[in-house]
Amino acid sequence: MSAAPAIIARDARSWYEASARQRIDALLDASTFVEFIGPEQRETSPHLALFDLPEQFDDGMVVGHGTLDGNPVFVAAQEGRFMGGAFGEVHGAKLTGLLRAARDTKSIPVLILFDTGGVRLQEANAGELAIAEIMRAVLEARTAGTPVVGLIGGRAGCYGGGALVAGCCSALAISEQGRLAVSGPEVIETNRGVEEFDSKDRALVWRTMGGKHRRLIGAVERFVDDTVADFRAAAVELIATAPAFGADVLAAEQARLEQRIAQFGTCIDAVDVWKAEGVPDPEAIPAMPAQPFIALADTIRRTRHDAR
Amino acid sequence: METLSYRHATARRASGTKNIALVGVVASCNLEVLVERVLPDTECEVAISTAAEGFGKVWEAVVADFVERRSPGGLRLSINDGGARPDTVSLRLAQAVRTIEEDAS
Repeated sequence: MSAAPAIIARDARSWYEASARQRIDALLDASTFVEFIGPEQRETSPHLALFDLPEQFDDGMVVGHGTLDGNPVFVAAQEGRFMGGAFGEVHGAKLTGLLRAARDTKSIPVLILFDTGGVRLQEANAGELAIAEIMRAVLEARTAGTPVVGLIGGRAGCYGGGALVAGCCSALAISEQGRLAVSGPEVIETNRGVEEFDSKDRALVWRTMGGKHRRLIGAVERFVDDTVADFRAAAVELIATAPAFGADVLAAEQARLEQRIAQFGTCIDAVDVWKAEGVPDPEAIPAMPAQPFIALADTIRRTRHDAR
Repeated sequence: METLSYRHATARRASGTKNIALVGVVASCNLEVLVERVLPDTECEVAISTAAEGFGKVWEAVVADFVERRSPGGLRLSINDGGARPDTVSLRLAQAVRTIEEDAS
């Protein structure tokens, strides 16, 4: 008789494969998560029925509080498999409410577990408004002294309005699978043509929007392997090291972005960016395993993040 | 959208102390099941909201089979369906009961 298959240890589980609820359960200290507006309250989308589309009881957004390493945190997680994790009215309002609650504490950090294609097209106006409200709420929370840390490593990546919200966070961690961009591959191809961006060229998509490029260009603070343990370690560290926020930080961020476009604006491919940055053997980056890549990224000057 | 609801008498109460569990996701060929311990021990209700209309007879058979196998006394199971096949529905229903029967942690 063969032995029962080994159950994968909690910490070694894939972030990419996990659901929103599994990510929260594995990320926070065991059994500490308390949900706000849980599925039993059936706070579902008021718009989907008009399109004859099924609802989900939590509208694809799980929000609540718990502890991480013994310290209180607020947490929000998007379910990327429900409508691509897209922001609708209720989905967005739950995150806005969580951020405002965190702001009022002036200290308790917020973790946002992004997994989204952007605004839900069936409720576009409400979704766009939700993005604007969330961005304001993130900046208000940070102004009040509450760090907001984003974790990106889900199936849907972090696109559209989700990427705008991510750009407002105190700090971000990303895995190789976690893509981060405002316009997605299909959107660019549809608007600018296949010569501009071939969305079926997966290697192009990953090296343009994937976690490694975002780390090397300084859009995120930490690159992590696709495990619960790595995301947890990054969350703890980024909360502890989150910078203060104010006009001087924004000015520094603006200067950093201007310098970035001056340095890399003429590059036509991510590999050119890495070359210009002085990465040794840039062609080898896409196939490099996580740990050597993390070591390499730490040696690249640009990724030291002193703005945001 | 079509809504369906089935109420059955059950042989015994579903075990365990948890009052709520949620399994699955609303996606293509998938479904979510919210299970709540809110009914008398000898009753069970399955309420379905589905975008795939006209499959009432199949749902009725799948639910009757589930009640006979699992005896989910005291449970109300609410389903949001994204067009799952009957075998997927059976597995999710079994998973939902199994999850609420686990010891509360």
